[in-house]
Amino acid sequence: MATTQQGMEIRQSSASLRGTATGARKLPVVAKYIDTTICIGCKACEVACAEWNDLPPVQTEQRGSYQTMPTLHAQYWNLIKFNEIEIGDSLAWLMRKDQCMHCADPGCLRACPAPGAIVQYENGIVDVNPDACIGCGLCETGCPFDVPRYHARTGKMAKCTLCVDRASVGLEPACIKACPTGTLHFGNKNAMLEMAEHRVDQLHKNGFPAAAVYDPPGVGGTSVVTILAYGDHPEWYGLPKDPSVPASVRFWKRVLKPVGLIAMAGAVVAAVGHYLTVGPKEPKDQERPS
Amino acid sequence: MASLAATFGRGAMTNGWVDIKNSDVIFVMGGNPAENHPCGFKWAIEAKKTRNAKLVVVDPRFTRTAAVADYYAPMRAGSDIAILLGIIRYAIETKRFHEDYVKVHTNAPYVIDEAFSFSDGLFSGWDEGKHEYDKSKWPYQPDEQTKAYKVDLTLQHPRCVFQLLKKHVGRYTPEMVEKIAGMPKEKFLKVAELVTSTGNAEKAGTILYALGWTQHSSGVQIIRAAAMLQLLLGNVGRPGGGVNALRGHSNIQGATDIAGNTEILPGYLKTPIGAWQTVADYVEKTTPTTLNKQSWASMNFWQNTGKFMVSLLKAQYGKNATKENDFLYSLFPKVDGSYAGYSWMHLFDDMYRGSSTKLGKQEPGPEGFLTFGMNPVAIGPNSPKMVAALAKLKWMVVVENHETETAGFWKAPKDQYGTPDAAQIKTEVWMLPAATFAEKDGTFTNSARWMQWKWKALDPPGQAKGDPEIVGRIFLAVRELYRKEGGAVPEQILNVAWNYTNPIAPDQGEVLKEINGKALADIHDPKDPTKLIRAAGQQLENFGQLQDDGTTMCGNWLHLGVYTEAGNNTQRRNNADPSGLGMFHNWAFSWPANRRIMYNRASADAQGKPWDPSRPGISWNGEKWVGDVPDIKPDSPPGQFGAFIMLPEGVGRLWSPVLNDGPFPEHYEAVEAATDNLLHPKVTSNPVSKRFSSDKDKYADRKDYPVICTTYRLTEHFHYWTQHQHNGRLNVTQPGFFFEMPEAMARQMGVENGQHIRVSSPRGSITGPAIVTKRLLPLTLAGEQRWQIGMPIHWGYAGDPAHTGPLANLLTPSAMDPNTWTPEFKVFLVKVEKA
Repeated sequence: MATTQQGMEIRQSSASLRGTATGARKLPVVAKYIDTTICIGCKACEVACAEWNDLPPVQTEQRGSYQTMPTLHAQYWNLIKFNEIEIGDSLAWLMRKDQCMHCADPGCLRACPAPGAIVQYENGIVDVNPDACIGCGLCETGCPFDVPRYHARTGKMAKCTLCVDRASVGLEPACIKACPTGTLHFGNKNAMLEMAEHRVDQLHKNGFPAAAVYDPPGVGGTSVVTILAYGDHPEWYGLPKDPSVPASVRFWKRVLKPVGLIAMAGAVVAAVGHYLTVGPKEPKDQERPS
Repeated sequence: MASLAATFGRGAMTNGWVDIKNSDVIFVMGGNPAENHPCGFKWAIEAKKTRNAKLVVVDPRFTRTAAVADYYAPMRAGSDIAILLGIIRYAIETKRFHEDYVKVHTNAPYVIDEAFSFSDGLFSGWDEGKHEYDKSKWPYQPDEQTKAYKVDLTLQHPRCVFQLLKKHVGRYTPEMVEKIAGMPKEKFLKVAELVTSTGNAEKAGTILYALGWTQHSSGVQIIRAAAMLQLLLGNVGRPGGGVNALRGHSNIQGATDIAGNTEILPGYLKTPIGAWQTVADYVEKTTPTTLNKQSWASMNFWQNTGKFMVSLLKAQYGKNATKENDFLYSLFPKVDGSYAGYSWMHLFDDMYRGSSTKLGKQEPGPEGFLTFGMNPVAIGPNSPKMVAALAKLKWMVVVENHETETAGFWKAPKDQYGTPDAAQIKTEVWMLPAATFAEKDGTFTNSARWMQWKWKALDPPGQAKGDPEIVGRIFLAVRELYRKEGGAVPEQILNVAWNYTNPIAPDQGEVLKEINGKALADIHDPKDPTKLIRAAGQQLENFGQLQDDGTTMCGNWLHLGVYTEAGNNTQRRNNADPSGLGMFHNWAFSWPANRRIMYNRASADAQGKPWDPSRPGISWNGEKWVGDVPDIKPDSPPGQFGAFIMLPEGVGRLWSPVLNDGPFPEHYEAVEAATDNLLHPKVTSNPVSKRFSSDKDKYADRKDYPVICTTYRLTEHFHYWTQHQHNGRLNVTQPGFFFEMPEAMARQMGVENGQHIRVSSPRGSITGPAIVTKRLLPLTLAGEQRWQIGMPIHWGYAGDPAHTGPLANLLTPSAMDPNTWTPEFKVFLVKVEKA
């Protein structure tokens, strides 16, 4: 996306003094529904994501896992995480679709020093605007889910857009459309939560007493509603137990927001300083976890 | 498919994909549908979500299907029959089987002759010299008065099938299953309890399987055991039940229906044998009869064989086939006495050895080979032998989308495949570029037997052509040569009917019309000769209209109804489902007769009332059967005919005297046995299983090759095809070959996750990265710790150079099932070293 999605009301925007919301258009908050208990790890969502978003293929290598690559990548925004967990004398092979969680209180947006580079639309989708992104990488430090990635060639940050271009015209995200088992659904968040609660009730009666919906309050909830059979162990799925926006990011925001211009200057200095001391970002190591 | 035909009468999935949603228990064994059939597997998930169905998975590996199972139990590769007979024993011992169903719809009450016996691993009729059974030693006993089958509906007669079965499975105690299969007793009991919970009228359970059962030296008998279990539980013919063979390719069911195997003609008619000289001979030899040909309540639908065969000959030879010339049956291709020698396994053995035994005489092996959408080097066992065999040909024609391993066989890396030097190879190879599925019209027949039309989406690239045009051009050129030059038997080709509007590239709709068949003369009702059923030239509508006097033609009787006067029924797309059971009668066409669940008469009790009124298959309304298209004469009252109309007995066969390796299944070790057979050490492997004896057919001994190995597929790739896509998405998601090995084994060997290992069999050696996993468990066999490992099959030396890899079949042996000659890809022995 060259810019923010046309026709979408922006609720809040990074490093802006007052935000850009006009309040003219009221949109219900949307969410993805992910039922990990019936995910078969087929990766159709991975392929659909890459296809729809025209992401060029990333070179991968088999190093000991079914997982496509170790973590998300600037050119791979949707990744099934595979985890083998021993529970008593039985085994669970947990598969969870990892992507941007689209937090209601987005740490990336809080951390971003570039005005308008990260926006949250009225419907809850959190998006990067490459026109405004300065590629400083601070959004990474604000994200409790380790999602945004620096794209070495474009010099911008990249992540799942929740297919805002599709959502804005009433289509479900590409990943949802590709899912063969009904693991993935898309709709208003309230409806998704209701569906998830119903499924969790069923799981409680079927030998999963700890089944739960993962919608962490520490980030104000997310626009990804995830059903976990082992809801007391989100870490088994590669999810933080109680994620929140780092205090330093919040502090930065609160103190510096009133002096936005200084913040911007600071950001530029920070970016240049980062470049000079650390050098340009490399794509993450390709080591694959089991 | 052979086992389903031997048990139920037809070789296909009994129910359908959508019907899985009606199941209470979904038992997956010998398959991995989440991985290999993800779109169809959605119906298993649907059953879990909407019916609280239990998904039970038994597999040597904790698979992606196991990942979403309600219960998983591990096993040793190749111990399937022991587990299944163990469950049958459990069902009988605990009375968790559907007794009313068993009495009405199976041959459990039938009495077996004293000639049958079983001891020390061998059934009666064993011929040590020929390594074959004499199947006449497994007969039914006739009733002295009626001369027809003797039955005991109390199931107490010591020689009745039920009692013989009870005795036969008595040895498969939970303790014995644990010893053979390496499945802990308590896990076995849990699986048995869940699976047999459907052994009643209220519940219905399905079994899903695929190549994990077929690719064994006792593969047919594994599926037999599953089919017997489902008969015992009363699950066959019912919505939510069945034995559901999941076909791997989009049209593999269609391929078998239209004669994909050597031993069958279109519609599963038997391939004629040379000794059967006339149509009358053929009909007599291939039509099953009831015992002593006495009257017996069975539709015995194969009694129409003559109509099917004559109508097929009329489709083949058109006007040239007349009653006077016996419909040119004499020209129809025949085999010389045994179907085995014509299986593609045997053709390649002949090709490699340069010698073939036909009509008891030695003759040279094949010198030419035409391969159409098939990649034998990749899919056959013992790839070095496959490569060496092709190197002996004079010519080969490969019709393909890509240059496959077969098309470029001489490029097989010499160090791995022992390929002869290219300069030494005289094989002349032509590659004919073929259109892919999306580049041509036609039908796909799915596992559920739904024949669905697909429309061409785009033109084939370059010079690539659709199959009809390739076949058409070859046929016309060959016919022209015969016309000009004569030859051995030119009449065989010159008499073929080829009456297509465009003979070069026959329209697929026209071919489908021919498959359906039409009346060649006016057909009158035999009961009322004044009544015209079909006028000459009209498309036929149902089986009843077929004639054996040459007045009808039909390319495949089984598909009758697919293209009627109403049009091409495979193009129907009405998704209305008044049944609510997912039958969709106006969506495409489902053979036979648009029936969605086969043997659906068995979904109702003796009086014709559905076992479960909430899931009726068909029911008797006093005048006729209603519901699904009935798998019985529509107006025949309950009790007139048995539910299994393709079998002469009319009932499902717990006892089946037609397979080559016994009327009951028995546990045998693989040809490459990892251990002695605990039940009968003198007969360890299936005594009738087949192996070859060329210098390249070397078999492993467990002393030198102690590790059990299996092969499988991954959801990310389609067979040997998708690795050809340059910069393809699927090559990102699974970039290359790997092995999977248990954590404990890796620890013992000092292998780290992702490190390379070398795996060798007497056929060859492969090096690749190892996924070290908890999903494969160590086994204890005869007190000894043993390992099983596995590898996916998708790579080869052809394709995108960034994604080539070893063929898994470098390691596999030519060990085959004695009924289908399917190779044993699922269990063989290897040794494992650090690379």
